[in-house]
Amino acid sequence: MRLGLVIDLDVCVGCHACAVSCKEWNASGTTGPLTDYQPYGAEPSGVWFNRIRHFEVGTYPNNKTVNFPMSCMHCEDADCVTVCPTGASYKRAEDGIVLVDQDKCMGCNYCSWACPYGARELDRESGTMKKCTLCVDRIYDQAIPEEERQPSCVLTCPAHARMFGDFDDPDSEVSKVVREREGYVLMPELGYNPTNHYLPPRKHKPIPTDIGADKAGLAGKLKQFVNRMVKR
Amino acid sequence: MNARIPVEDHSKQEIKYSTCYMCACRCGIKVTLQEGKVRYIQGNRNHPTNQGVLCAKGSAGIMKQYSKAKLSQPLIRKPGSERGAGEFEAIEWEQALDILTNRLQEIRATDPSKLAFFTGRDQMQALTGLWAQQFGTPNWAAHGGFCSVNMAAAGLYTIGFSFWEFGAPDWDYAKYFILWGVAEDHSSNPIKIGLEKLKRGGGKFVSVNPVRTGYSAIADEWVPIRPGMDGLLAMSIVHVLLSRELFDYEFLINYTNAPWLVIQNPGHKDDGLFLRDGNGNPQVWDLEKETFVNGADVGITPALFGDFVAQDGRRLKTAFTLMAERYLDERYAPANVAAECGVPAETIERIALEMAHVAFKEAIELPIEWTDVWGRKHDKVIGRPVAMYAMRGISAHSNGFHSCRAIHFIQMLLGALDGPGNFRARAPYPKPIPPHQLPENNLDIINAPNTALSRPPLGFPTRPEDLVIDEHGNPLRIDKAFSWEAPLSSHGLMHMVITNAVNHDPYALDTLILFMANMAWNSSMNTKNIQDMLREKDPEEPGQYKIPFLVVVDAFHSEMVNFADLVLPDTTYLERHDCISLLDRPISEPDAAADAIRYPLVTPDRNVRPWQEVMVELASRLKFPAFTKPDGSRRFKDYPDFIVNYERSPGVGFLSGWRGKDGDKFLKGEPNPNQWQKYIENQSFFAHHWPDNQKYMRFVNRDYLEVAADAGFVGKVEPIIMQFYSEPLQKFRLAGQGLYDGPQPKDPADRERLARYFDPLPLWYEPLEQQRVDAGEYPFFALTQRPMFMYHSWDSQNVWLRQIMAQNFLYMNARKAADMGLKDYDWVWVESHNGRIRCQLKTMEGTQEDTVWTWNAIGKQKGTWGLKEDASEATKGFLLNHLISELLPEKQGERRLTNSDPVSGQAAWFDLRVKIYKAQAGETGSWPQFDRVKKLPSDHYSRPDVLRYDARREHEKD
Repeated sequence: MRLGLVIDLDVCVGCHACAVSCKEWNASGTTGPLTDYQPYGAEPSGVWFNRIRHFEVGTYPNNKTVNFPMSCMHCEDADCVTVCPTGASYKRAEDGIVLVDQDKCMGCNYCSWACPYGARELDRESGTMKKCTLCVDRIYDQAIPEEERQPSCVLTCPAHARMFGDFDDPDSEVSKVVREREGYVLMPELGYNPTNHYLPPRKHKPIPTDIGADKAGLAGKLKQFVNRMVKR
Repeated sequence: MNARIPVEDHSKQEIKYSTCYMCACRCGIKVTLQEGKVRYIQGNRNHPTNQGVLCAKGSAGIMKQYSKAKLSQPLIRKPGSERGAGEFEAIEWEQALDILTNRLQEIRATDPSKLAFFTGRDQMQALTGLWAQQFGTPNWAAHGGFCSVNMAAAGLYTIGFSFWEFGAPDWDYAKYFILWGVAEDHSSNPIKIGLEKLKRGGGKFVSVNPVRTGYSAIADEWVPIRPGMDGLLAMSIVHVLLSRELFDYEFLINYTNAPWLVIQNPGHKDDGLFLRDGNGNPQVWDLEKETFVNGADVGITPALFGDFVAQDGRRLKTAFTLMAERYLDERYAPANVAAECGVPAETIERIALEMAHVAFKEAIELPIEWTDVWGRKHDKVIGRPVAMYAMRGISAHSNGFHSCRAIHFIQMLLGALDGPGNFRARAPYPKPIPPHQLPENNLDIINAPNTALSRPPLGFPTRPEDLVIDEHGNPLRIDKAFSWEAPLSSHGLMHMVITNAVNHDPYALDTLILFMANMAWNSSMNTKNIQDMLREKDPEEPGQYKIPFLVVVDAFHSEMVNFADLVLPDTTYLERHDCISLLDRPISEPDAAADAIRYPLVTPDRNVRPWQEVMVELASRLKFPAFTKPDGSRRFKDYPDFIVNYERSPGVGFLSGWRGKDGDKFLKGEPNPNQWQKYIENQSFFAHHWPDNQKYMRFVNRDYLEVAADAGFVGKVEPIIMQFYSEPLQKFRLAGQGLYDGPQPKDPADRERLARYFDPLPLWYEPLEQQRVDAGEYPFFALTQRPMFMYHSWDSQNVWLRQIMAQNFLYMNARKAADMGLKDYDWVWVESHNGRIRCQLKTMEGTQEDTVWTWNAIGKQKGTWGLKEDASEATKGFLLNHLISELLPEKQGERRLTNSDPVSGQAAWFDLRVKIYKAQAGETGSWPQFDRVKKLPSDHYSRPDVLRYDARREHEKD
């Protein structure tokens, strides 16, 4: 199994629902708490596993606003795992999820420097590195109703811009949608072989506009209207 | 190698279902509690509103529950201290209730109008309105007057339902969707769910908005319109459709007043009114019978076009002819509006034609049999799958009422209303046009001591006689709603209450109660001056304030609390009983009538009471008739008892599910003592799913209307004919022209406004403030919006949400900024006719070139909202509100007029124009700055520098 996410940029409105839902699930979850710094003060910040970047492409008026959620890509060839001096960072053989063993992590930051996606978050209070677990403590929990055994971000996404599944299964929803919509991975040239994919905006065929004839001379147009017999 | 991943220990958890209150969307939530602490809030999969999803606010509900801004004890302004100094003493509830009861008793026994009760993000207007009515004051409204009334009023005077909350796009079938002036809205989750559905189905999404954020980011086409020009754009689209004869004859003739005959008799009292028979029926010309017939009848063949002469010789035209004459004018040709709208002519024409193509060439037919109100059977429903939604960008302009009506004109021309793929009504809508509810205006009743009003304080006037004015034409309401200044102000004018009360115009108040409304900050225009007004003393009454007694009801320490004389601390939404009623603002969806409850999931840890409970208590103490038994004893034990047993009419109460003694009736039925329990068992909501034959065309759908009439949604089963041409508007216009056979205004300003702005067909005009402000000196339009993760919420103080944004910037088009020598993070002055502010600039591509904007309600006053003094919301965040005046710029010889839509009284927030210049070196930080608000005596919260929230353990670390 190779579990991961698909994020549909055609419909992500950048609402941060996924980010906050992730925060609330994981705050009281396996790697919780997720520390907040200066929560009431000048520059509030904290540990988040999922952050939404907003940027623009193109120039006015042909510009686009892109909302780009980013979390751990659960790479096949995860350098964050390779560089870890304590073996705390590991990739699970059974499902490909990249995790950090909180008991082994010493917070050295090597993995964070190795990760080009900025997916790792040092919790300064626990002194350990934390990151997206794909809600590993939800997805295998038999006590949770089956349809809810999904990462919190996927469950909550109001635009259904997030999908979760097994990329090793060619018939899974994620594999199919990546094939159909030409899903892509971020920075493939770095060779980490990320699992998470992004879907580009859909392309539309133009809608025909050859409807109705614009009769010459607007002033006289009204006179050209003919009452139709419509019976009520 | 793999560490074992423990799953959650559920043994100490319980799951409960309730309704979110992080915004006005009211989604169903599934709440996991860990030994009484909130562990997880997720969307309820079975709920009709959000179908399992939940937005950022909803998930951050945990941090609202554990907010440091929560009020925890009733407070009274310290004797001898000045209002606004923030010096309070904690008191007990009994004392607080005694103080308030005595004061209210005295007012009610003398002059009930001296109480004003205004509510903000109130989700129980059916109760607050009933309370005010029972008290006997006309001075009640919620915040709709400064938010959405243009949309509500324009819709309810035109199509019988409306944008805002009384309808929703049909996402399942729509193929073309235009979103006008919406970044985020009440139905935030439904819109997001819907946009994805639309796009998955290959539908096109067009966003008309000066700013490309939020929903506009994923629009297939972005139309960066110049603010305030939407009406002109809509009228130009109407022009294109008419020019090419692209309209739905069947729809217009069957379901609209397009064929009704309008009397053409300029200078006379009947000019512009419909030709009616002796019974008041509108007349149409029957093409077959070649005579005038009752336009409400069946079996007629009305002429859509034409000039006619009545039997008495008066000239007549069909409403549609008048409409065509107006909008076919070259004034509305795309080429002639392009510059004003900032939208190329070819774009306007193309969008109109794309819509027409989808409406007429890609129509949907659903094999659903239904019967219309005339008894005709239809074997299918036709959908012209163009849907629209519109909100603040239309609403918050003083030309918004007409602009919104113009958008409804497009829908009517295309026959694209309440059919598959259209903007569709949500129960209890549609209603008669306008709804048959008039605001109380009987002076004897309003002035009578200890007497309830005979009707609600708000309603829908249809003629000058319905205004709430005295015999001299003076307003009877403190906000001047339903006066000549804003005749159709169906939601009141909350933004005028403080100014009018301080000016004793039209009269002085004794007590003002504000519930959940931050009128000393981001919910007022002209904030700094409003704060000064709240402190203003009455020179006639030594020691007394212009507003003598100010009661603030809120759960959180807002800027408004600081100005209270009495503070009544409310509960959070997880701590109380609540009811989201069909008598109020519906959570219904087009396919289901629905209502919902909240019930206590978390035990309050403070000395607070739900405002609902307090209202029932006050109503009982004051012996309001509806709350008192004939023997004088109280009728309802508490709020839950009231909700179950109060009946507005026999069988119709606040909750529509599980009615009847055995709980087997819905919409209507006698009270069920187990109703709360039934709701709780059913995940805190009730939904009645409409059968297929009642889902569409409900304005004339007999089977639907029969149910609606029985449930009290409509008075009786009769067709709801959409109103292109608005006769109520014409009656007010006649009054302005001195031609009305009834009350007429004396003040020339009123006469001029009525004559000009009460046009029975939509017109576009330059927003009122802009007519008086030099565009050369103030070259930019200035707007606000709220980010999706804070929209319509109290939550720019929320520990998690403020990490996403704790400072707002002023956003400007990048090229424009470069031309002006401005760059990112420059501190700039922004100046309007009303004052100036200093803030920090950011540039972006996605902003129309003549527009600047910011996120609203991020800026905070130091010391409020449980934040520390150095919170960036207070040091760098800012409000645009200081620049906006609640009054129009003065004009010589004219009394001061509200900065609002002249028809609906909607606050014209977005009419603002500003100039911008770079601040001097060393000028940093936002300005103006305000005194730090003092800590409340009841505030014993620690505010640690590190927070480690975990529902499984104590989470604070100092």
